[in-house]
Amino acid sequence: MISAAFDYVTPESMDDALAALSSDAEEIKVLAGGQSLIPVLRLRLAAPTLIVDLARVPGLVGVRDDGDALVIGAMTTHADVASDSMVGEHAGVLSKAAKSVADPQVRHLGTLGGALVHADPAGDLPAPLLALDGELVIAGADGERTVPASDFFEDLFSTSVGEREILKEIRIPKHTSWKGHYEKFTRVAQQWSIVAVAANVRTDGETITEAKIAFTNMGSTALRATAVEAALLGKEATPDAVSSAAARAAEGTNPPSDTNGDAAYRRHLATVLTGRAVLSAVAS
Amino acid sequence: MTRISVTVDGTSYQDEVEPRMLLVHYLRERLGKTGTVVGCDTSNCGACTVHLDSKSVKSCTVFAVQADGRDVTTIEGLAHDGELHPMQQAFHENHALQCGFCTPGMIMQSIDLLRENPSPTEHEVREGLEGNLCRCTGYHNIVKAVMSLGEGASV
Amino acid sequence: MTVTEERPASEVGAPRRRKEDQRLITGRTRWTDNMQLPGMLHLAMVRSPFAHATITSVDTSAALSSPGVAAVYSGADLAEEQGALPNAWSIIPDQVAPSHPSIAVDTVAFSGEIVAVIVARSAAEARDAVELVDVEYDELPPVLDSRAAATDDVLAHLDLGTNVSAVWIFDSAEAGTGSDVEQAISTARTGGVLIERELRQQRLIPAFMEPRSIVVDPTGEQLTVWTSTQVPHFVRVFIALVLGIPESKIRVIAPDVGGGFGGKLQFTPEEVLTVIAARHAGKPCKYTETRSESLQAAHHGRDQWQKLTLAATKEGEVTGLKIELVADMGAYLGLVTSAIPILGAFMYNGIYKFPAYHLQCTNVFTNKAWTDAYRGAGRPEATFAIERLMDELAAELGVDPLEIREKNWIKHDEFPYMTVCGLEYDTGNYEAATEQARQAFGYDELRAEQRRRREAGDPVQLGIGVSTFTEMCGLAPSRWLGSQGYVGGGWEHASIRMLPTGKVEVITGTSPHGQGHETAWSQIVADRLGMPFDDIEVLHGDTQIAPRGLDSYGSRSLVVGGMAVLAAADKVIEKARPIAAHLLEANPDDLEFAAGRFGVKGTEAGLGLGEVAFAVFQAHNMPAGTEPSLDSDATFDPETFSFPHGTHLCAVEVDTETGGTKLRNYTCVDDVGNVVNPLIVEGQVHGGLAQGISQALFEEAVYDDAGTLVTGSFVDYLVPSAADLPSFVTSRTETPSSTNPLGVKGVGEAGTIASTPAVVNAVVDALRHLGVDDIVMPCTPHRVWSAIQHSSAGAATPADNPAGDDAGLPSHNAAVSEGSTGESPGEGPEAGGNDSRGGLS
Repeated sequence: MISAAFDYVTPESMDDALAALSSDAEEIKVLAGGQSLIPVLRLRLAAPTLIVDLARVPGLVGVRDDGDALVIGAMTTHADVASDSMVGEHAGVLSKAAKSVADPQVRHLGTLGGALVHADPAGDLPAPLLALDGELVIAGADGERTVPASDFFEDLFSTSVGEREILKEIRIPKHTSWKGHYEKFTRVAQQWSIVAVAANVRTDGETITEAKIAFTNMGSTALRATAVEAALLGKEATPDAVSSAAARAAEGTNPPSDTNGDAAYRRHLATVLTGRAVLSAVAS
Repeated sequence: MTRISVTVDGTSYQDEVEPRMLLVHYLRERLGKTGTVVGCDTSNCGACTVHLDSKSVKSCTVFAVQADGRDVTTIEGLAHDGELHPMQQAFHENHALQCGFCTPGMIMQSIDLLRENPSPTEHEVREGLEGNLCRCTGYHNIVKAVMSLGEGASV
Repeated sequence: MTVTEERPASEVGAPRRRKEDQRLITGRTRWTDNMQLPGMLHLAMVRSPFAHATITSVDTSAALSSPGVAAVYSGADLAEEQGALPNAWSIIPDQVAPSHPSIAVDTVAFSGEIVAVIVARSAAEARDAVELVDVEYDELPPVLDSRAAATDDVLAHLDLGTNVSAVWIFDSAEAGTGSDVEQAISTARTGGVLIERELRQQRLIPAFMEPRSIVVDPTGEQLTVWTSTQVPHFVRVFIALVLGIPESKIRVIAPDVGGGFGGKLQFTPEEVLTVIAARHAGKPCKYTETRSESLQAAHHGRDQWQKLTLAATKEGEVTGLKIELVADMGAYLGLVTSAIPILGAFMYNGIYKFPAYHLQCTNVFTNKAWTDAYRGAGRPEATFAIERLMDELAAELGVDPLEIREKNWIKHDEFPYMTVCGLEYDTGNYEAATEQARQAFGYDELRAEQRRRREAGDPVQLGIGVSTFTEMCGLAPSRWLGSQGYVGGGWEHASIRMLPTGKVEVITGTSPHGQGHETAWSQIVADRLGMPFDDIEVLHGDTQIAPRGLDSYGSRSLVVGGMAVLAAADKVIEKARPIAAHLLEANPDDLEFAAGRFGVKGTEAGLGLGEVAFAVFQAHNMPAGTEPSLDSDATFDPETFSFPHGTHLCAVEVDTETGGTKLRNYTCVDDVGNVVNPLIVEGQVHGGLAQGISQALFEEAVYDDAGTLVTGSFVDYLVPSAADLPSFVTSRTETPSSTNPLGVKGVGEAGTIASTPAVVNAVVDALRHLGVDDIVMPCTPHRVWSAIQHSSAGAATPADNPAGDDAGLPSHNAAVSEGSTGESPGEGPEAGGNDSRGGLS
């Protein structure tokens, strides 16, 4: 398949990129790694008239230490997020989720920022971001603003990044002594998650002292599992205790039904996978 | 039209391309590099896998304009002076191909796999090839071929 | 690391690395889509989004004025010229079929049907113009389920008056091949065991990796057509017949072809339309489908409902099998659509020797893509049914599934054996293959582990699946094909040309697309002619080079085509013998031919075949009246089928909490007779296994209620990757076929046919103790989990119970006669419904 024709620009600064977004083109799409956008264009599910490629905008790639947070450039690839030692140490659940995205080729080009702005509810990056209380730094004509992950994902394929804005970087508070795991359930390896659970927990001995749990594909956006989080607090990290907390996983979810399973099955999966995610995190 | 310069299999090219032209179509239609093929529309099958600056990518999910200033290696750039790349030879020795349509992408991804992990387990080989579909071989001999080149493999 | 391959004592049987590989591993392959010809135009298709609709108007004006567009055709434009696509098989004399247009004129009958064709300077411009064609439709109600279609309440084609294409019946009592099945059922009902099931063969998509592509060059004296097909010879004949072009003016070339699996055993609308467009334009034209188009509109496979009644004694001896099939043709009949279920109809007895058999097959039309051959074509359906039933019978009687099979199978000393379906199985040794598989698999150890897990209540349960299968290979004796209503024959052709430099050209009518004929045929000829493997060139896939042939499908290439090659080689030797004798001044009867050389008995004198070939080329000194040529042709028509068999064992771990399945061990022992190239045979088995396993676990073409294909890309149509499959343990027993001189049987479909029931049996076996006795394919985690929830052990709450077919529930259950459980004989499938299972634990 071949995309509809479009104009293409490769701005060399953030200002130029933002200026391009303010042009009078009919429909504009920002190109990051392209791994979600290009298939959409090829299938002609979208036909932008202008594509703004961020590849040459400086400063959007890489992970840097910013004191109590890591800052990940929006154009950092999944492969680089997954292999980055700082991410592994301070944001383990993100590291594991990034390793699970699609396949190696896609991870070589696909970017963290691109995946977050694409906001596919079955995508693997929003949930770990929620479970890490990440923040998103968005650049616009009037400067930068920072949005907490909990406010970022608005709906299916929809975020708080405006039409004339660009996601610049992702700030992740360091969860240094936390333990993370991303439990992903698919029918075949390369598939989008049917359901996945990002678990980020802190323990004192055997006791769970803090828990941040989030779901992939249990609603129109990634979701925090607040009921489970509350139920886990102060519990011993035993299979029984975790499983009884995980039984509350379906609360507040609104999962889809499709050829991989109906909503009831997904709710059930969420409980099983939550238990596994927490136990694996604790054991990691 | 957008002007690009790109190095493919060691030769540099300068071309005017439509921005919507996919890298795979540029390779096939403009450069005659028909060894790289298109198997799907959704970035699932991996038949179009090439190396972009030494890393495997699906050339059906990259616009040619994105390759501007970069280095591309295709299946046709692996053998030198009639000497097959060891991975090509391993696919032949292990009967790791039948119809051969997935083979260029499979070989390119297998090379990348060993670049990132020179002594993979069978499980790691299988995971590393998760983005490449083959309908003929059941993967058994493909995995065997890749394993035969892992460090410490008994050849 | 180049490995020098010494010439083995016998080429046949040697694991030769393939000749084909060099171009494939270096990217110098000749795919149809690689072709670029001067002035070539590109086609793009406008396809119907509706499953069933009347076309009220097609406005092509905007598309016509789009940049680069040379022509746009609606169905009305081509109504006369396009003719009708052929169906080549009438399974009954009054088979009903709609006219099958390449481009819809008045109505569309499935979503994806072509309604307009764009011809443009570039593929991109053609695609752009697709958006500009304005087609108005009046939607009609679609019929999508084949069982509903059989009632004719909603018609797939209004003008046909019925959805039923044919009702085909085989009855062993009527045919004189066995006894009356109703009698067997009645006896079992009162004093034996009846197993009743309705099984689903889901709709599959062949999903060859190379999308189909066609290039037509009309500029020469001949029309040259390159097409990604399994059947170039068919395509040539049908272009002639459908479009009225003299066959002698058509050259069809199947260059390198990237897989087929039956999916490229077709004469397609896209081929017809590309020929028409090229002839109109007077320029070369190319059409290459996208993957989405391929999944939507290249023919699909399987899609049957199987209502099965197996009768047996309480001792486990099968006494009869009754089958009612509903087979979904989809919207039209393709080349052999209607015969696909019938190709399985003679195999439902599998390897067993029960006396009574009845099959009724109802072929119906629906508003979905048409079905046709897919790897195995009828035989996987049959094998699945009988092998699932044998496991259910074993479970019902509480005996080991291998034991129940052994009780019923044909013993090795009972061959040749005339089956209840009227086929004579020539040879086989089911005992040997089964014992070898059992040992290699570690059957007893795995059963022990299964017991341990059951006793421990492990959330991950282990299931062991058995499938012992046979198939009919080598399509087909022409006389048999004629008797079944097929218009063509089943022979194959080969010729051999001896070149003056000592090289040998083998021309075969088979048309490989991954099978390795260039290598295997070289091995056969190398042995027969005593010529070096590397001196033999195999040519194929071009009707100008290989003018006679019936192509590759149905595991026929070696068993039929290979025999033609062998016969042609023998003719070369016999033509060379008098010439060699003349040159050696010896009596032809005193010549011995061995290792490529004619030797005079009792002397050192002799001549190599290459030397004879050169002497014939010179023709200076020929015996009087002898033509100066060694070139030979042979056409081989098989007398009968061959019957490979095997025992496949598989262990599946089932996660009872998620319904997820993991294939832990797959071990099979196949008997494909003598083997020409063990590497190629193993490769065929591996690939076949993957496809059969995939039917069991992953693949399904799903339509929504409007008749739109939901699984229209590889995002949703799940073809497994390396990460989803294990390595396989494969080995062989070799019981030579007695029906051909090489003793070979065919292997192309074996793995696919055997593996599907092995996997499903394993999944069910893992959950049997929970009260599960069937799961609809593919056994998705959702279906597996739902089956557990609905079982006696599931203790499901109503909210957890997804409704409908999708929940993985079988439509029927075992109705066991009073002889085995004490339930009343009147209890049929209804009584054995879901509710009753609560009491089984």
